[in-house]
Amino acid sequence: MTELDKSGAADEILVGGDAREGRPRRRRVRADARGRAPLPLLLPALVGLAFLLLPLIALLVRAPWRSLPDQLTSPEVWQALQLSLVCATAATAVSLVLGVPLAWLLARTDFPGRGFVRALVTLPLVLPPVVGGVALLLALGRNGVVGQWLDSAFGITLPFTTAGVVVAEAFVAMPFLVISVEGTLRAADPRYEEAATTLGASRFTAFRRVTLPLIAPGIAAGSVLAWARALGEFGATITFAGNFPGRTQTMPLAVYLALQNDPAAAIALSLVLLAVSIAVLAGLRDRWMTAS
Amino acid sequence: MTDIDDATGSLPTTDAAAAGLDAHLVVNRGAFHLDVALAAAPGDVVALLGPNGAGKTTALRALAGLTPFTGGHLRLDGVALDRTPPESRPVGVVFQDYLLFPHLSALDNIAFGPRCQGAPKAEARAQAAEWLDRMGLADHAGAKPRRLSGGQAQRVALARALATHPRLLLLDEPLAALDARTRLDVRAQLRRHLADFEAVAVLVTHDPLDAMVLADRLVVIEHGRVVQEGTPSDIARHPRTDYIAQLVGLNLYKGLAEGHTVQLDSGPAITTTEDLAGPAFVAFPPGAVTLHRDRPTGSSARNLWHCEVTGLETHGDQIRADLTGELPLAADLTTVAAAELDLHPGATVWATVKAAQTHAYPA
Amino acid sequence: MEESDGLFRKKPEGVDPVMTRSARRTRRTLQVAGAGAAALLALSACSSSDNSSAKPDSSASTGSSKKLSGTVTVFAAASLKESFTTLGREFEKAHPGTKVTFNFGGSDTLAASITGGAPADVFAAASPKTMAIVTDGNAVGTPTTFVRNQLEIATLPGNPDKISSLKDLTKSGLKVVLCDKTVPCGAAAQKALDASKLKLTPVSYEQDVKSALTKVELKEADAAVVYKTDVKSAGDKVEGVEFPESAEAVNDYPITLLKDAPNAEAAKAFIALVQSPEGQKVLTAAGFLKP
Repeated sequence: MTELDKSGAADEILVGGDAREGRPRRRRVRADARGRAPLPLLLPALVGLAFLLLPLIALLVRAPWRSLPDQLTSPEVWQALQLSLVCATAATAVSLVLGVPLAWLLARTDFPGRGFVRALVTLPLVLPPVVGGVALLLALGRNGVVGQWLDSAFGITLPFTTAGVVVAEAFVAMPFLVISVEGTLRAADPRYEEAATTLGASRFTAFRRVTLPLIAPGIAAGSVLAWARALGEFGATITFAGNFPGRTQTMPLAVYLALQNDPAAAIALSLVLLAVSIAVLAGLRDRWMTAS
Repeated sequence: MTDIDDATGSLPTTDAAAAGLDAHLVVNRGAFHLDVALAAAPGDVVALLGPNGAGKTTALRALAGLTPFTGGHLRLDGVALDRTPPESRPVGVVFQDYLLFPHLSALDNIAFGPRCQGAPKAEARAQAAEWLDRMGLADHAGAKPRRLSGGQAQRVALARALATHPRLLLLDEPLAALDARTRLDVRAQLRRHLADFEAVAVLVTHDPLDAMVLADRLVVIEHGRVVQEGTPSDIARHPRTDYIAQLVGLNLYKGLAEGHTVQLDSGPAITTTEDLAGPAFVAFPPGAVTLHRDRPTGSSARNLWHCEVTGLETHGDQIRADLTGELPLAADLTTVAAAELDLHPGATVWATVKAAQTHAYPA
Repeated sequence: MEESDGLFRKKPEGVDPVMTRSARRTRRTLQVAGAGAAALLALSACSSSDNSSAKPDSSASTGSSKKLSGTVTVFAAASLKESFTTLGREFEKAHPGTKVTFNFGGSDTLAASITGGAPADVFAAASPKTMAIVTDGNAVGTPTTFVRNQLEIATLPGNPDKISSLKDLTKSGLKVVLCDKTVPCGAAAQKALDASKLKLTPVSYEQDVKSALTKVELKEADAAVVYKTDVKSAGDKVEGVEFPESAEAVNDYPITLLKDAPNAEAAKAFIALVQSPEGQKVLTAAGFLKP
């Protein structure tokens, strides 16, 4: 019975898709090409979607809608939100500047131990973020391997600073960008770079003027992943940069601490973070769609 | 000559005697060995002709600097370029699938080279516009490559390569990506552009027609080596390998000549009009072969062989019969003749060729 | 419920939370705690009595009078990890056939899992406030305060900044970390600061006491306001400085038998051990104060 019900539901979805009128032609064609989704794919897909959305829906259901306006008008919330957006964007920028060349190196050059280096790059993905934070302290802290030198030579200390937040977020988020860009680079035809060099472009010019535009979609996707990861980053941030409102307290930190004694406030803060990230990501997506 | 100076920029000036291309390309890559010598004067169009895997593209890439040399040398207008990176070589390349940058308009694709050579943006674009105009594509300046037809894209690719004022223009299968109808037009246009080009052009193709129409000289490569080179008519008349004979549509045999007879290395002798001695080739076109159901009597043909039909295929408005037997050969005959002879695979026939229609030349 | 709440109302802000990352320090503290536990081979028959209605059956703790068996599951605040592990081992030795399993974690988290139905016999919380979460509507008796924890200043080894009072922490140029006000140690520190009318701007409000301590251990911060037990467990990586204002913010640790305890008899015996002089010896060796 359930199977019958489900397939009925599937029909509805498809009919609904076909019945959409006045859509741009390209979309119609694409939808037609997709055809009927087979049940062994459709079922797990729908379960997967529900699995991803359910916690978010629960968050909405349990949100303290009545007290929400009060929660959100507090300046601390906006301070944390602003800091979150600034730091996540800065961390993404850092990841771009360092990560795209790294991805190029991994995808386009051959050196001994490249596979190993590639594995190392993904390490922050598997490292528990708190451990990452401790590692950052040991490396870049006031007493760290590199940090003590930074301190004595330049008077720079990163822990407990906004720059420290950016460092922690970039550490955790950059692998997403590198992996994504490297994949796109591998898929891109390296002969375009060759064509550029025969036209007099140095390898760097070829990269900048040909490869970079070609892999722009991959870079955009990687940036979004990195940005989203940085925005939600908690463990490495609080461990490395600490928690001080206006300076290092990003939204996830505010949410976590609110959770200690005021779960309702925590839910409200989470909703803000959620809404803002959805707005930003949806906005970006539309821009690419029209651009491509 | 101002063009040369523009293109080569800082490269040292050279004596006029050394103008043109002087290359000996040696590339070893695993089991594949390429060893090809090429020389051409400014204005020459040389075609590298050869079957797939012969090493034509490798040779081209080595000329462009995209594949490193294992040995040999490369001099262009007297300047050694062996160790020069591709971006510093005065070499332009038209790639097989053009490789137009998909994110740039036709105009910007062409302006790319001049920009890289240091031209200001406006000037580079003005030059590019001029090239587009010359190619008859002024209306398509703003079009992205994916909106161009195959022929248009080919012309943009050619303009892009020429816009850097190369001293060596390389074309990799310039017409292979086109359908038959476009090909005819583009071939004619390309021929005009190549005729106007004052430096050396080397094109790679596996199509004998392209090679013969476009090139002044053919270099045939098989298994990484030059097997024959010469003018198109020379090569068409005197093929020296089965591959070339097949390309130009001749039956080709090798043997030992003694007077008007060439005794083939394996098989019968062929009577020719030429008077030769020593190793020789004999060639005749399939159209020169006459087939008979029964052994002809009183025929003036001295060359008479008993053969078996192994295959038949239409060849234009004719039938091409592949024969084995005393002498393996290809014969062309009309459809009517084929029907009268009741030709079918397995049928036995007599084949005759008049001595006057054969052509013998020293091997 | 009013009654049990009333018991704790005197210190509603309570102490300490969650210490999830204390494992690293376990070994050091075990050495300290182990010394205290050495004398604990014979268990006394009676625990010191107090007025709690949750007072464990005194006979339960005597191995001879009643045969105890099975597993006792104890949910305890992370700060109790070292001392309770020692006590658990002693308990198993005194009552062959029993096994004590622990679930250490942040008191809030533990309270949430108990109310969520996790099978547990005993709950020892770091603050009356979190204990109330469990006992509200789930009463089994009145929780008893078995130890207290007091604040201390943790400084770098050798106290290079010469910190001797809470006021010294307000010196400019000093990097001080506090716990966030939302967690008990932060609330307690704030209370002490308020009581002495001091205004202190730390570089960070840490999410829990162990994080605050870690910052000093790694020399990223010059000082932190943490618990005595934490300073003790950090060994020679930090130096403790007592300050009188800490008396204003002492934190009570309550312990209770849970309503649906699968092994109530053994659980009572364990609670009795914790409250016994021997148990208290282990706990005070770890830096806790007697109730």
